[in-house]
Amino acid sequence: MRLDSWRTGSSPGRRQGLNQYPIPRLGYFHSHHLSLLASTYRCASSVTAILSRSTFIGLRCKECGHPYEAGARHVCEDVCFGPLEVVYDYDAIRSRVSRATIEAGPTSIWRYREFLPIEGDPIDVGTGFTPLLRANRLARRLGLKELYIKNDGVNMPTLSFKDRVVSVALTRARELGFTTVSCASTGNLANSTAAIAAHAGLECCVFIPSDLELGKVLGTLVYNPTLMAVKGNYDQVNRLCSEVANTYGWGFVNINLRPYYSEGSKTLGYEVIEQLGWRLPDHIVAPLASGSLFTKIRKGFDEFIKVGLVEEKAVRFSGAQAEGCSPIAQAFAEGRDFITPVKPHTIAKSIAIGNPADGPYAIDIANRTGGNIAAVSDAEIIEGIKLLAETEGVFTETAGGTTIAVLKKLVEQGKIDPSESTVAYITGNGLKTTEAIASSIGEPFVIEAQLASFNSAWERAQSLQRATWETVG
Amino acid sequence: MAVQVLIPTPLQKFTNDEASVDLEAASVDELLQAMEGRFPGILSRLCDESGKLRRFLNVYVNSEDIRFLNHQATALADGDEVSIVPAVAGG
Ligand SMILES: Cc1ncc(COP(=O)(O)O)c(C=O)c1O
Ligand SMILES: [Zn+2]
Repeated sequence: MRLDSWRTGSSPGRRQGLNQYPIPRLGYFHSHHLSLLASTYRCASSVTAILSRSTFIGLRCKECGHPYEAGARHVCEDVCFGPLEVVYDYDAIRSRVSRATIEAGPTSIWRYREFLPIEGDPIDVGTGFTPLLRANRLARRLGLKELYIKNDGVNMPTLSFKDRVVSVALTRARELGFTTVSCASTGNLANSTAAIAAHAGLECCVFIPSDLELGKVLGTLVYNPTLMAVKGNYDQVNRLCSEVANTYGWGFVNINLRPYYSEGSKTLGYEVIEQLGWRLPDHIVAPLASGSLFTKIRKGFDEFIKVGLVEEKAVRFSGAQAEGCSPIAQAFAEGRDFITPVKPHTIAKSIAIGNPADGPYAIDIANRTGGNIAAVSDAEIIEGIKLLAETEGVFTETAGGTTIAVLKKLVEQGKIDPSESTVAYITGNGLKTTEAIASSIGEPFVIEAQLASFNSAWERAQSLQRATWETVG
Repeated sequence: MAVQVLIPTPLQKFTNDEASVDLEAASVDELLQAMEGRFPGILSRLCDESGKLRRFLNVYVNSEDIRFLNHQATALADGDEVSIVPAVAGG
């Protein structure tokens, strides 16, 4: 066995689920026997640094600070039910990591592995290190000077930022001995969990609301997991999954593996810093569903400052929601620090979470950084998708349309200064939500395979274009 | 009113590992008191000092979030199912 597998303590009890095959894993049994010994060493970072390549120490309640072992648990069960977060040994990280070591790493999220909560070898399916585009044409259209698009619509393997969180969650799931993985999903997470589980040879059963776009459903089924389409909205799917997680010993990436899962989003912060030439932007705009991604981009920036990889600078954080599901934007507008849940009605299904767990933290970040949280209508979301496609050649899904529409709105309202260097996070791919825009874009000219047919169609096309110019003015 | 309460894993140490318990209560507030009566100590996990449910806990009556009903004053009827679910991340 590897020495490092006994440091962070697993939780054997979670593994006795109904569908868990009783296949003993060597590392698991050893880690169980040695866990007492390991807890003796846990506080001595000099010892752990020798024992382990991993740099994380355990879990801690984000609300009350109560410490927990790094098992499959996500809430502060001994005190306050607050969310648990991974704790790292930043001295160990600082001593091992430099800009040069990161630049020499793989072109995936695993170039930042010291900042991620895993012990052994990662599941590396090429996730991360997606393009950061300088978006000059969109910037000019909006009246900004320095705008970038972080394009996770081309993330690997399933074309959304969820591949980041799932790569981390399933690596950790395997380390904790789970053989079946699961999730409650608004679509993208199901795609990603099913794909990466297939690659890693894990059993997979995922849950989605039954009204999702076809692309999201097919993009899960093709990996041959068990797919449960639940008659209800995401919040109902989530509640069901919490109950399933109570009784089946599965690794739910966004429930009992949530502390590990959510850390994956920090890499969206690291990559932007590195791709900007090791500096921070002035302003970021990102979509909010549960609010997890938003808070973790912030954590990513903070960690790079803390270990000295980037110079400290104020960054404003602005969040984007769809009006049809905007509990965080509503709370922000009303100056509340608590969320009143809503029932979602929007085409932006991937971010339709009516009861967002990290909402209070997202509000806090927006307030503390001088950012904003705004909501846009479904019509504006469609315009946002088209605007990004026409100006930058990036086809995003509804979540990205929401982000672009909010970016536009904040610029128009003077809430983003034209001189701020601004990064818009595009988190998903447009080919998965074609239904949303099908009736709002042009149609092909259907012609005969004859020059005359082309000639007259071309003429029609030209006059249509002239008409568009005239209406645009 | 006999209602069935679904207990999340983290609280099952109070309920001798029972995932579901039957209790008598006419409202969510009464139910919280009844739980404390049966499982001393559980109330301080569920609620803060002022008696308000902790903000990271969701309570559902027959699958409906009590924040869409009458919050902790939500009435309970015979045969209702109440579930207590810690918040989870999404997507
Ligand atoms: C494409 C896309 N963008 C953004 C989000 C929001 O993520 P979070 O729940 O972390 O706020 C999701 C997931 O729900 C998503 O699928
Ligand atoms: Zn706590």
